[in-house]
Amino acid sequence: MKSLNMLFVGVGGQGILTASDIAAQVGLDLGLDAKKSEVHGFAQRGGVVESHVRWAPSVGSPTCEKGTVDILVAFELLEAARWIDWLRDSGTVVVNRQRLVPMSVSIGDAQYPEEEEILTALRQRAGQVLVVDALPLAERAGNVRTVNTVILGALSTLLETPPDVWEQAILRRVPPRYRDVNAAAFKLGRALQT
Amino acid sequence: MKRLLSGNEAIALGAWEAGVQYACAYPGTPSTEILENLARYPGVRAEWASNEKVALDNVIGASFGGARVLAAMKHVGVNVAADSLMSVSYTGVVGGLVLVSADDPGAFSSQNEQDNRHYARFGKFPCLDPADSEEARRFVKIALDLSEQFQTPVMLRSTTRLSHSKSAVEATVPQPREFTTLPPFKREEKSTHVIIPAVARRRHPEIEARLRDIAVWAADQAFDLGVNRVEWKGKALGVVTSGMAYQYVREILPEASVLKLGMSYPLPLDRIRDFASQVDQLIVVEELDPFIEGQLRAAGIIVAHGKDVFPRCGELTLAKVRAGAIAAGLVPAQTADPVAPAPALEIPPRPPALCPGCPHRAFFYNLRRYKRRAIIAGDIGCYSMGVLPPFESMDMLISMGASVGMAHGFKQAGGQEAAVATIGDSTFFHSGMAPLAAAIYNRSRITVAILDNRITAMTGQQEHPGTGTTLQGEAGKAIDIGEVVRAMGVTFVAEVDAWDVNQINQGLRQALQHEDGPAVLIVRGACIFTRHFRRQPRMEVDPDKCVSCGTCFRVGCPAILKSDEVYEISGKPKAMIDPLLCTGCTVCMQVCPVNAIVPVAE
Repeated sequence: MKSLNMLFVGVGGQGILTASDIAAQVGLDLGLDAKKSEVHGFAQRGGVVESHVRWAPSVGSPTCEKGTVDILVAFELLEAARWIDWLRDSGTVVVNRQRLVPMSVSIGDAQYPEEEEILTALRQRAGQVLVVDALPLAERAGNVRTVNTVILGALSTLLETPPDVWEQAILRRVPPRYRDVNAAAFKLGRALQT
Repeated sequence: MKRLLSGNEAIALGAWEAGVQYACAYPGTPSTEILENLARYPGVRAEWASNEKVALDNVIGASFGGARVLAAMKHVGVNVAADSLMSVSYTGVVGGLVLVSADDPGAFSSQNEQDNRHYARFGKFPCLDPADSEEARRFVKIALDLSEQFQTPVMLRSTTRLSHSKSAVEATVPQPREFTTLPPFKREEKSTHVIIPAVARRRHPEIEARLRDIAVWAADQAFDLGVNRVEWKGKALGVVTSGMAYQYVREILPEASVLKLGMSYPLPLDRIRDFASQVDQLIVVEELDPFIEGQLRAAGIIVAHGKDVFPRCGELTLAKVRAGAIAAGLVPAQTADPVAPAPALEIPPRPPALCPGCPHRAFFYNLRRYKRRAIIAGDIGCYSMGVLPPFESMDMLISMGASVGMAHGFKQAGGQEAAVATIGDSTFFHSGMAPLAAAIYNRSRITVAILDNRITAMTGQQEHPGTGTTLQGEAGKAIDIGEVVRAMGVTFVAEVDAWDVNQINQGLRQALQHEDGPAVLIVRGACIFTRHFRRQPRMEVDPDKCVSCGTCFRVGCPAILKSDEVYEISGKPKAMIDPLLCTGCTVCMQVCPVNAIVPVAE
């Protein structure tokens, strides 16, 4: 692998920053240079979160350029649609089937598109769309907060990278008492593809 | 070993490695994590100050005592500290003094995009501009050495993109270190540290001479240390750049030779002139203002392109640098747009909202009712979101602490309506007490609502003088806001529960009727992210009772959703409550006119 641009998107509180931290660390562990950059001003308050992760022999800008993202990792359906323009033609989308309804919809000013509409829009641009139902898998792993680890598991299957590099990066990042549930969540995420 | 560190984490590490002994800050995005990280290292005293000027004053005193010190703040915080900053440039320092200014190009979480490199020129001190985390770490020590060598404050300028992006750092493992006391204070005859007019007049020419000496340093040692450097490639194009802009230049113009300035002030003009003479054309790529470009043009160096093609406004990106390079004819325009057209799908916006359970909600729900009778002056904090739907209860908002003075001025100038200032607890300690003193003294008839959520919330929950816990987790002394305002002479002080809709309404009504000087309403309720907050049994909607009146939607809670069920008479959707998001604050229950919202028995 020479270089890779990933964009992690979703809603504040979904564990996106931790997941993108881990993805950047995996790049370093694979012997590449890596950078990540996030915008999280109001993230705690249910706002949009974006986090760029870039791997290359030498990375300059910590953010990707629109239209050059190889893998869009969306933790929420609507956010996948919001950021699809950033994907390069025939890039890959990993999308979690969760719907987090924004205030503009709940107060009736806007409509949340149907899941099929969103997936159709994603497929117009993407070469591959991997739909992950991460919440039930995280519950099965033993903690709903491992949604992000399930998604990393699914993401890892798309890349020619040794799975244990990912698993080790995850286990180093999470508190010791959550290692078992995260290891389980990672395996459930991987099982989706392999 | 290489580790991924954010710019802010790297600055903290660099400060610790360079022997910083005392550091101060007031929280402010994107600077906050610098002190939060530095506070965890051994042998360092790190404190939250009540505002940025206090932070700088604290470290100036420590520097005069001989300690290596650091103060960190966001760009607009430097405005607050500017009074002392301008003078400490004249007094000089003893222990190295670094001021970290975290600028916010793009105004991701700020009221403006001011370019603080201008402060370096204005105040006649050097400014270092790191371009990644490793430089951020290294430059702290260089800044401290420079500060001590030339007895000058040094600005280390970060930006949101540097502070909040992570890149690889050659990180040492922190070894135990004891906090050391300072050597006995050396009292000097005719100290320059007492900046009376006679000293200021004597110092000014010395400061000008110092600046010339630092410019010489910028032309030699700065290159030896790699702070400034030339990366030779082709001779057709030379680029002068600094900070994060360097990263975009390297990707968009890989064939160009680059003079990278790690120090954006003072400039090594002769070295730049020499560089310019060896390339066919010279351009300047920098974020925000033409700070470098203007100095080069003033020095007679021919700049082919700068702000004519690269924007002054907003954060630079790869795309903007590419567009500028295309406009300048430096890279070919892309013949075909590589990006397929965007799918035609209406994407609902996801604006920020007060959190479920937020202690500001019931206050703004009530305040909205007074909008016809009162003007509302807001302040900086989560409650700035009072300007957004559904509250739309804020008429003016300028800067930290400005609410009280603006409300007062509006009334003094003959404003017909009542005037309400809304200010948070941390902001009150930052800069709300001085304008309140002026309002009391001048017998102002304003209402000041102090929204006391027991934390500096918007920047991510930092302690402050009202909370009684220090940055390093020790027990501090908590200052009670009610006692403060009573002692200052406020004759009406009401303290109400932030989640009690009626109590807040009564308090507001009484405060607005008060005639003897300012009235203060203290709205008490802890931010949901603090240790003080207690989740209550969650709420649910009884669909048999709900009449779809929409009242609960107007409390603006992300947990209250439109259900698929409709009320037969109006055909409007009924309410439902997201069980995962609800914190059981009961505000929606209190406003429901038909008692359709009830706590879930668990």
